Amino acid sequence: MTAVMEPEVGKARLRKEDARLITGRTQWTDNISLPGMLHLAILRSPMAHARISRLDVSGAMLRPGVITAFTGADLTDRQVGLPCAWPVTEDMVHPDALPLAKDTVRYAGEPVAVVVARDAASAVDALEAIEVEYESLPVVLDMEAALAEGAALVHEDKGTNKCYTWIFDSAGAGTGGDVAAAEAEAEVKIHRRYVQQRLIPSFMEPRSVVVDPKPGDWTMWSSTQIPHILRTLLSLLTGTPENQVRVIAPDVGGGFGGKIGVTAEEMITFYAAERVGKPVKYTESRSDTMVSAHHGRDVIQDITLSARRDGTITGLSVNLIANMGAYLGLVTPGVPLLGAFMYNAIYKIPAYRFECTGVFTNTTKTDAYRGAGRPEATYAIERIMDELAVELNLDPVEVRRRNWIKHEEFPFTTVCGLVYDSGNYDAATDKALQLLGYDELRAEQTARRSAGDPVQLGIGVSTFTEMCGLAPSRILGALRFGAGGWESASVRVLATGKVEVITGTSPHGQGHLTAWSQIAADQLGVPFEDVEVRFGDTRVAHKGLDTYGSRSLAVGGIALVQACGKVVEKARTVAAHLLECSPDDLEYSAGSFQVRGTPGATMSIVEIAGAVNAAHNLPDGVEPTIDADATFDPETFSFPHGTHLCAAEVDTETGAVRIRKYVCVDDVGRVVNPLIVEGQVHGGVVQGIAQALFEEAVYDADGNLLTGSFVDYTLPSAADLPDIESDRTETPATSNPLGVKGVGEAGTIAATPAVVNAVVDALRPYGVSDIQMPLSPERVWRAIQGGAS
Amino acid sequence: MARISVTVDGVQYVDDVQPRTLLVHYLREQLGKVGTVVGCDTSNCGACTVLMTDPDGDAHGVKSCTVLAMQADGRSVTTIEGLASPDGALHPMQRAFHEQHALQCGFCTPGMIMAAVDLLQDIPDPTEEQVRKGLEGNLCRCTGYQNIVRAVIAAAGAQRGAPSASEPESEPEAAPEAAPAAESAPAAERAEPAVTA
Amino acid sequence: MIPAAFDYLRPSTVEDAAAALAEAGDEAKVLAGGQSLLPLLRLRLASPSLLVDIGGLAQLRGIRVEDDVLAIGAMTTHAEVSSSAEVQADAPLLAAAAGAVGDRQVRHRGTLGGSLAHADPAGDLPAVALALDAQLVLAGSGGRRTVGAADFFTDYFTTALAGDELLVEVRVPRLSSWGACYEKFHRTAQAWATVGVAAVVRRENGSIAEARVALTNVGPTPVRAVAVEQALAGADATAEAIAAASGHAAEGTNPTSDLAASAEFRKHLARVLTRRALHAAAGL
Repeated sequence: MTAVMEPEVGKARLRKEDARLITGRTQWTDNISLPGMLHLAILRSPMAHARISRLDVSGAMLRPGVITAFTGADLTDRQVGLPCAWPVTEDMVHPDALPLAKDTVRYAGEPVAVVVARDAASAVDALEAIEVEYESLPVVLDMEAALAEGAALVHEDKGTNKCYTWIFDSAGAGTGGDVAAAEAEAEVKIHRRYVQQRLIPSFMEPRSVVVDPKPGDWTMWSSTQIPHILRTLLSLLTGTPENQVRVIAPDVGGGFGGKIGVTAEEMITFYAAERVGKPVKYTESRSDTMVSAHHGRDVIQDITLSARRDGTITGLSVNLIANMGAYLGLVTPGVPLLGAFMYNAIYKIPAYRFECTGVFTNTTKTDAYRGAGRPEATYAIERIMDELAVELNLDPVEVRRRNWIKHEEFPFTTVCGLVYDSGNYDAATDKALQLLGYDELRAEQTARRSAGDPVQLGIGVSTFTEMCGLAPSRILGALRFGAGGWESASVRVLATGKVEVITGTSPHGQGHLTAWSQIAADQLGVPFEDVEVRFGDTRVAHKGLDTYGSRSLAVGGIALVQACGKVVEKARTVAAHLLECSPDDLEYSAGSFQVRGTPGATMSIVEIAGAVNAAHNLPDGVEPTIDADATFDPETFSFPHGTHLCAAEVDTETGAVRIRKYVCVDDVGRVVNPLIVEGQVHGGVVQGIAQALFEEAVYDADGNLLTGSFVDYTLPSAADLPDIESDRTETPATSNPLGVKGVGEAGTIAATPAVVNAVVDALRPYGVSDIQMPLSPERVWRAIQGGAS
Repeated sequence: MARISVTVDGVQYVDDVQPRTLLVHYLREQLGKVGTVVGCDTSNCGACTVLMTDPDGDAHGVKSCTVLAMQADGRSVTTIEGLASPDGALHPMQRAFHEQHALQCGFCTPGMIMAAVDLLQDIPDPTEEQVRKGLEGNLCRCTGYQNIVRAVIAAAGAQRGAPSASEPESEPEAAPEAAPAAESAPAAERAEPAVTA
Repeated sequence: MIPAAFDYLRPSTVEDAAAALAEAGDEAKVLAGGQSLLPLLRLRLASPSLLVDIGGLAQLRGIRVEDDVLAIGAMTTHAEVSSSAEVQADAPLLAAAAGAVGDRQVRHRGTLGGSLAHADPAGDLPAVALALDAQLVLAGSGGRRTVGAADFFTDYFTTALAGDELLVEVRVPRLSSWGACYEKFHRTAQAWATVGVAAVVRRENGSIAEARVALTNVGPTPVRAVAVEQALAGADATAEAIAAASGHAAEGTNPTSDLAASAEFRKHLARVLTRRALHAAAGL
């Protein structure tokens, strides 16, 4: 079989995942039901900071259907603090984060007591019989107040609310100049404060966990992004040997970073199952999710840009205060660091300084949310670039163009010391401007302004890049991250010629089954349909570091390419033996070995797999398998980029914003599946728009989350959103053999500043230069009234 | 406990339920219809949407988390698991969701598909704006909705082109009087429709 | 979340329902479409010991035309109301507002009577009932009585209904020659009205013979914008006259400040949206 096959990579293959999902044949964790399984309910603190002066679960024990009830005190000898894998500095303050509060609660929603019952309703009913008294303690919510002298302390024993201060200075690092000098000499210096509001990731599937405590064979099903990391940490935290722990992430309904924790709920369910010796399930309600699953963003950004009057940037300094919440999650302190190297964005900036202070408050902890650090960075730099344009009376595109790295300047070493391997910012921007009809819309804007139209028009520009493909293990180590950044893949060619790919990535909507099938089909010359991909179960996929940070394709996809390469090389030895030639005389192409110069002397991988399985005639010393494993650790990050443009109409009477047109041109390198890439861009952009216009987690003065349901935390529906016109340029990454870069977070990173820039642009004639996100009608209206935010 | 009689996906069930049992919990826990999911507790997300008949016998999209099982007594319910025809052929809406890449994680998908089927019953040839407005009761966090809108418009076209495919709901009377256990076998067989490009 | 346990009754007559309510007292709640009540039960913000499900009362469902009145059964759903040719012709304001309640799924289950009896200040239909001077028929163990919309809404989530009474019918005057508009302003399509304005206008020759305006979510109950109505009575049907009158829209309102908007912004919106609603209702 030597028919030339069209490459799979690049095809808009429809997803294999869909068949089950569109027919309801799904396996969400909450669908799991085991014989004898019990149900768990959690009593959560209604207080943001309090001492638990009395806690009595004996009443709950007497309720119908209840098996047991317990508190943190009952776990004194068992529970340990939840892990934080990223101690960003040596002196970082890392308070003990017990899954079940011992004597003090530090945010509203913290687990206080647990009921295990025969059915979920009985468990919830029995919570009402738990007697608990709280002695309230002073609540600290505001980050700057928390850092002030004499502030009430979230963790009294730590003596401070400061978690850490982390600094990068290009002068000190030897990667650039001195910012203080640049600022002293600056012809133009612009300072702004931007506030990234607190967001709630809002994956659609509430978290759920089932633990089956079979001795020597513990299994946890969890709605998690990180089954492998969870397995290792579960073993370390509970003392259960890792080879006796199995973690399964079955169908997982979205994550967006929100499911990368090792959670209190997972640990509590583990302890409960251990206590009762039976399988136990916990499925949270959405109200629980809102207060207990980690939040995102919540950063105050002070940014100073220095430039010459011709628009050339001469220096950039950034000072952040980042809200950790009451405790640290898995990567909480590191999130701002993921943005630290991105404030310089696509621009040639000679001097840069970044400083971030993490602070504890009596709020739900923060951690990664789609983009994690990079949306914050992109927002600040892309907002202040517009201010520079206004200051210098330049078009916002022009001021960017004067500063960005030119296509011919790649590879380019940035002021942070990162090497951008490839990019073409002119190409992406020119294409986007054309798609938007930039000049026509500018003309309309002018006309509306001079007519005094109550509906004003603005155009927002966002030219972004991001670092993804997390991550080179050595760099992670240098940043004090507690794990590596490699990824693993295994390829099994079965006796019947079907291919089984096992990946260490853990998709929850990203379409790895389809994309990995395309990659393997090309590498092995087998039909797309003949490849299956297994993941998310540590017993099947032993090795892996899971899915977050747009890493799966750029790291896990490359591991798969390498595993396929090993299969081919093993097969070559067997083929040479069977075709009676030297391995060097074989040419491999599209799944077939061909003896050079001997037409007809060919063997396919599938045929070789059959021969190897029979093992009747193998060369001496060759194992009867062509299966292979590979682990890939990237040398560097990948750097997708793009240009997003938003045209927004603002009703100046009501403050209502309507996105009239949104176009984006993304460069994510080589595209494996354009359909999936487009879907990621759409979804990412909408989450970015949602931060700009709709979403905000709000606490009252006592630390109660006011936006504790989807009634008040206003996610946009289809009716609130525009059509997005997306296009691509394709500048392959040079840092990996597929030329891929990653796409999962791009839209979210790019969209928020594009939208806010558009609204502010519309309102420049009213003297508006900033509006706090989300741009609610009232905030927009007040900005118009006041001439400022 | 009170007794109810409900037809779900063509099969009639008689069950005792607690009055407080929500229809979605009845479907999931008593009938094993776990294809229908719960995404919130305030009737916002629409992930639990199913079709349910009104007193006149007309089926409409409802949020099964905001209906008591008692309120479904005597009614007929169609879930995502009963949408494909008995021979396994996908409903045009299911096919369109697949072909237009209208789902990613798939959690909102059952409710989104059922809401879209309901929408086309009232507006067989909707504009994009009508689709967006018509799906305002369903939240999706992955897709940005754009391909969902495309899918609904594509399904509308397919239904107009092939009118026979646009009547997926079998009359309850027409369904065989099968026991719930018997019904699960064909359902399992039709779990893997062809999805090649 | 799962509601707390409750007893459940599904009476087959209005009389039985009233009797059950009378017997149970404050511990009972009436279940109509359930679209507001069930979320409250799920969050355990309400935990009645008895639900009286009036979904079995077929006589409470349907729309009848009686001379100069549309008689709408309390259990008629929003979807039925908004798609009814009779309502569209004779009470277009009600058809439009019923079509703006919640979402499609909610409109298939939620009922006109349920919305009015729930009396949520952010609900769309109380202001419509007020603008239309609807008459509400209440049935209790002591018999039936009729209350005008102006007297029905008494406070936040509170109405003139006695503990043993059901709202059984909504009688809406037929205003087929009037122009109508319901302006709803909200953060997202799913969000409740930040402010809503229900307006109906009867024009004669070139002037406004009568205008009625009622506001949603600017106080504990829906509010008639009396000053606006007075300013417009007999005024020229011009944009200027409407704009001038709408300046009075916030008079007599007492809005709250919440996550969606401050009281001040709500008053501002009341004026802007009143102008827009009247503009549309006057056919300008």
